[in-house]
This record gives sequence, C-alpha cells and structure tokens, in this order.
Amino acid sequence: MRYLTDRKRAEGLGASKAGTEHHWYMNVSGVGLTLLIPFFVFILGTSLGAPYEEVVATLSQPFPAVIVGLTIAAGMLHFRRGAQMMIEDYWGGMTRKVMLWTVICLSYLVIAAGLYAIVRIAI
Amino acid sequence: MVELTLPKNSVVKTGKTWPKPQGATNIRTFRIYRWDPDTGENPRVDTYFVDLDTCGPMILDALIKIKNEIDPTLTFRRSCREGICGSCAMNIDGVNTLACTRGMDEIKGDVKIYPLPHMPVVKDLVPDLTHFYAQHASVMPWLETKSNTPAKEWRQSIEDRKKLDGLYECIMCASCSTSCPSYWWNGDKYLGPAALLHAYRWIIDSRDEATGERLDSLEDPFKLYRCHTIMNCTKTCPKGLNPAKAIASIKKMMVERTV
Repeated sequence: MRYLTDRKRAEGLGASKAGTEHHWYMNVSGVGLTLLIPFFVFILGTSLGAPYEEVVATLSQPFPAVIVGLTIAAGMLHFRRGAQMMIEDYWGGMTRKVMLWTVICLSYLVIAAGLYAIVRIAI
Repeated sequence: MVELTLPKNSVVKTGKTWPKPQGATNIRTFRIYRWDPDTGENPRVDTYFVDLDTCGPMILDALIKIKNEIDPTLTFRRSCREGICGSCAMNIDGVNTLACTRGMDEIKGDVKIYPLPHMPVVKDLVPDLTHFYAQHASVMPWLETKSNTPAKEWRQSIEDRKKLDGLYECIMCASCSTSCPSYWWNGDKYLGPAALLHAYRWIIDSRDEATGERLDSLEDPFKLYRCHTIMNCTKTCPKGLNPAKAIASIKKMMVERTV
C-alpha cells in the first residue's frame, strides 16, 4: 500500500520528452515502404522459379540490388518500431524489456544478414 | 497491461429475476450488472421487467423507475438527465453512452446495462473515476498566461474562438476513454482521449501562453503516443465530438516543432 495522492499517480515520472521521433519515423518509413514494396515484389516475383544464375544476374544489377537492400533495411527498421509499440501495449516489467531487447537484436541481425547477402550476390 | 480473462472474483454470474409488473402489456426486459463490495460475492446480472406504458422513453427513465418501484438497492449516478453533466455514462447494449440521452427505441431486444468498461467498480453501475479525473487535472485544464492581466479581458478573434468548437463541449463522461483498448491496457500512464481532447482545447486556445510547456508535458510514448487511432472514442462519444482528431492534431504539432 502506497499513500500516493491521485495527482501523484496520474503524473507518474512525468513526460520522457520522447516519442515524436518514433512517430515521425513510422510515418516516413510507411510512405517509403509503400513506394518500395511494389518494386520489391516485382523483382522477387519475376525471379521466382528462375534458375540460380538468372536470379544472381538480376540481383547483380544496381537497381534491383538497391531496391531489395533498401526494402530489407527500411522494412526491418519499421518492423522494429512497430513491434516495440505492440510489446509496450501488451506486456510490462521484465518481460517487456526482454522482448524489446530480442526484437531489436533480431531486426538488426536480419538487416545485417540481408545486406551481406545482397552485397555478396551483387559484387 | 493487457488482461484477456477476468479474475475469479470478477466473473459475472446470473442473478435474480424480479417479478413482472402485474397487468402490464407493454414490457421491456432489462439485464443489469450488479455488484456490492459489502457482500464479498461475485458480480451478477439481475433481470428486471419494466412496464413501458408507465415509463419515460429514455434508458435513465427506466433505471429510475426500477430504483423507485422495483429494487431500491440498484445504484447508479445521474443528475441533469439531459446530456450535460455526464454522470449517467454507462455501457448500454455494448456501447458506452449516456443513459439519459439513449432512447429505449434505439435498442433491439433486451436492454443490457453494465458499468463503463475496465474501470474499478464502486457499486453496481458506478465506476471509480478518481484516476481519470486526476489525469484530466494533470493537463492543466485552465488558461495559463505570463503577460500582465489586461484591464478588461483576454481578447480573442472570432476565427480563433471557432477553433475551440468541438472541444469545449466535452462533459468528461469518460465514455471515450473507457472505450479505448489502449486506455484499458495502459490507463495508468496513457492519458486517454478525454484528457487529451482537453489538453488540445488549451493548446489551441489563442489566449494561452503555455503552449510549449503543454506540448512538453505530453511528449511521451505512453501519455500521448499510446493512441493508435483506433477511433472507438470518436465512435462512442455521446456528444458527437472527435477526440481522435484532437489527438492527431497534437501529434501533428509535435512533429511541426521537431521537423
């Protein structure tokens, strides 16, 4: 039992002066992905079922390689922030911290692996 | 934090069915949530039958009739009975609204009445709004000025005054905040649609001189940015206001001063 006033409970620790950058990034990356995804789907769609050499040849060209690389990076950064929002909504305490840590690490890992693969194929 | 099941002591059970009024031909069935903290029992839903020929047209008329003529222990808040005070906000037929302005003819079948969702219950249909009111107070819902007080009045143009329309009418009934899933799960930190609509009402007021401080105090992932534009608040507001738009306007101002 803590003898806190109602106002003290409502104020909590005050405002963290954060969140706007997150909100703005989600807007920008959302618009960016809207533009990138059609190209990404077209590139991958036309490569589906194609021989290995043909896929490597496609991804070796600058435009497809840049589009795929950008989509992986922007998509995973968008996912990181979106998942962060969802985790903050539904979990609290140590579970929240562990899940946030996991999602952040996972998203950077996927970005690193994806970009490495694209660079390897392209060069 | 999210709760997908009710605690054992909050599971709602079937309650008492009260006798039908004798000789009545035009009867409406009311299923009403009941909970008394003094008994230590689980909440229950009691069934009442109201003779519509001797009752007013609104849900509040029926509740008052039940309290006066059938069951005096039924507890609910009410005051103005015309949509001004916000006291009789409750969940009627699955929608948060005011009992005094919701007509019985707007509801098909049995009338199901519960207290506002996801709030601690004081008794029956009375929710504990202590935290909700404290959150409202935390946004400083009053004019903040630094200039010397003018001899006559703080002047405002007609255009600037018009910006307050759709904001100042909020009666703090809590229908919007208690319809918001984000407020259900994180209501301890998220201010909710009602408090944020009031915050915006003062941010946008041309006479107020604390705009920056007000935005500073809202810039927080939980206080403001827990709003995910679900828009239950706008859909349910019994006064026809648009809290979601007010929140979006605050977010827009936050971006404007950053980017």
